[in-house]
Amino acid sequence: MLAPNPAPGPWQRRGADGTGSGFGTEQGWTMSDEVDLGRRQLLTNATALTGAVGVAFVATPFLASWKPSARAKALGAPVEIDIAKLEPGAMLKVEWRGKPVWVVRRTPEMLASLKTSTPLLADPESEASDQPAYAKNPARASNAEYLVVLGVCTHLGCSPAAKFTPGDVTVSADWPGGFYCPCHGSKFDLAGRVFKGVPAPTNLKIPPYSFPSPTRIVVGADAQSA
Amino acid sequence: MASNDSSTTQPKGLYGWICARFPLDSMMREHLTEYYAPKNFNFWYFFGALAIFVLAIQIVTGIFLTMNYKPSATEAFASVEYIMRDVEWGWLIRYLHSTGASAFFIVVYLHMFRALMYGSYRAPRELLWVVGMVIYLALMAEAFMGYLLPWGNMSYWGAQVIVNLFSTIPYVGDSLVEWIRGDYFISDITLNRFFALHVIALPLILVFLVIAHILALHEVGSNNPDGIEIKKTKDAQGRPLDGIPFHPYYTVKDTFGLGMFLIVFCGIVFFAPTLNGLFLEAPNFDPANPMQTPPHIAPVWYFTPFYAMLRAVPSMFGTQIWGVLVMFAAIALLFFLPWLDKSPVNSIRYKGPLTKFMLAVFAVSFVVLAVCGMKPPQGIYPTLARIFTVTYFLFFLLMPWYSRIDSTKSVPSRVTYHDHEH
Repeated sequence: MLAPNPAPGPWQRRGADGTGSGFGTEQGWTMSDEVDLGRRQLLTNATALTGAVGVAFVATPFLASWKPSARAKALGAPVEIDIAKLEPGAMLKVEWRGKPVWVVRRTPEMLASLKTSTPLLADPESEASDQPAYAKNPARASNAEYLVVLGVCTHLGCSPAAKFTPGDVTVSADWPGGFYCPCHGSKFDLAGRVFKGVPAPTNLKIPPYSFPSPTRIVVGADAQSA
Repeated sequence: MASNDSSTTQPKGLYGWICARFPLDSMMREHLTEYYAPKNFNFWYFFGALAIFVLAIQIVTGIFLTMNYKPSATEAFASVEYIMRDVEWGWLIRYLHSTGASAFFIVVYLHMFRALMYGSYRAPRELLWVVGMVIYLALMAEAFMGYLLPWGNMSYWGAQVIVNLFSTIPYVGDSLVEWIRGDYFISDITLNRFFALHVIALPLILVFLVIAHILALHEVGSNNPDGIEIKKTKDAQGRPLDGIPFHPYYTVKDTFGLGMFLIVFCGIVFFAPTLNGLFLEAPNFDPANPMQTPPHIAPVWYFTPFYAMLRAVPSMFGTQIWGVLVMFAAIALLFFLPWLDKSPVNSIRYKGPLTKFMLAVFAVSFVVLAVCGMKPPQGIYPTLARIFTVTYFLFFLLMPWYSRIDSTKSVPSRVTYHDHEH
């Protein structure tokens, strides 16, 4: 315990030296100059804890201000695409939530290439990949003719390039046709399915989409929610 | 702190008036005129002072750039072009800033290599080293956020790749990335917050950390090329026999180093500010285009060793977090250096051939990885990146073993110092 303080301040309890009032003695208080360090520590901890809770409350608005704002959310609404003029074998790029969405009108040859590419793929059945239920099939589309896919590499978000010509020498001689990411060399087939042994872990993401009419696609909303 | 005779030489005049109210005189003594630094410093000891000088360049030029720069997705690119073409001397201020960014990393990497060579991270300087490593992290964050601001296409896609590193974290990754960007993609919102962090938050943190770094240095004293503690041999006044006051001796020497540095620095600023794509990348002269990734994207040179490691690791078990972990581990290991080194001696001068070989392996790995990170992931480069990622890690992971068993030379009690021959 601490040595008795020679000059107790007004904030300290008096009494042990006999000069102080007897206030509290009857209640069983120890009226001495000794400081109850355990009690002091408890109060310090409790105060610090209360302060920490306060800091957490104050930090919340600042941290939450980093979330997408109401305007950012509104600008992320679904977009509608007119596909009436899309030729077979051609690709249309549209922007949804600042990301490229590709619509490819696949020819029968392109659809046939999906079978030849299957043994080269990491996830041909799209088990580990991200897509709506209606696109969880080998063509990864609700209507096999139209591929609607997010043009964002599942590795680190680059936009892969369309390399539709089989055997394209800029990719490889046995290339069946598909998409090639220039950033880190990931390869995807014409259904956006990822090849084995490339940095990208999963197939390209399929956004929610629907056909309100045979020549229109809405990206960002399912048929149910549209 | 203050010298013994401070009572007899009380400062007079205005200086005395200030010193009676502010510890200016005692601060000057403690950190300059009576801070004893080893007298055997060589040119490797320029880089700490040069880093402070480059920080000053970045702060001053940065302040002037913000006077004309517009942190908005629609105006940022054009405002940088405006600075380059229409603002009087704007091109110079911007090139000083962009060259300063690369110069900062050059001097910091040399400063860190100096510490590796002479064992400056070892006891009692562990905390000094750790504070320095935190400075390095803050500097990388500062450089990364600054690189988005010109809103060129490489800025855009570089930010896209680096921010998406966090999306590989299981469960929380995607929402974390959305929180960092404040949007579903790198947008005006992201640009605006990176600007705030780049011009206010991180510079403040950097300045505080640099002050902490210097205070920690002056508490334990500077190491030297011999790795000998000069505080062990003192004269009757308690001054280290192998020490000389930092001012005027090292202020003058560092001024000479600054002159040498400025010759190279100004040469780049005036004659090769892009340094052939190394300091300013060609795709960044195109405005940001969220729809079009540049055909080959690579970060600026100072990040490429770690970028090469990121690319070297393939995805496994349906996730590509492994490359990200390897990349962060490559930096995290540096923090543990003081505790990995079990050698009985500090400086490379007294260490054995095994340690020298491993330090050379580390330096070569770092340079080869830097080159691999700049090249497209084709041909020989992915293989090279994998080999040298392994050797980079071996330098650290085998250190407790090779630093213990390696032979050493006997360390003298006084620093080796040669007078200039006549």
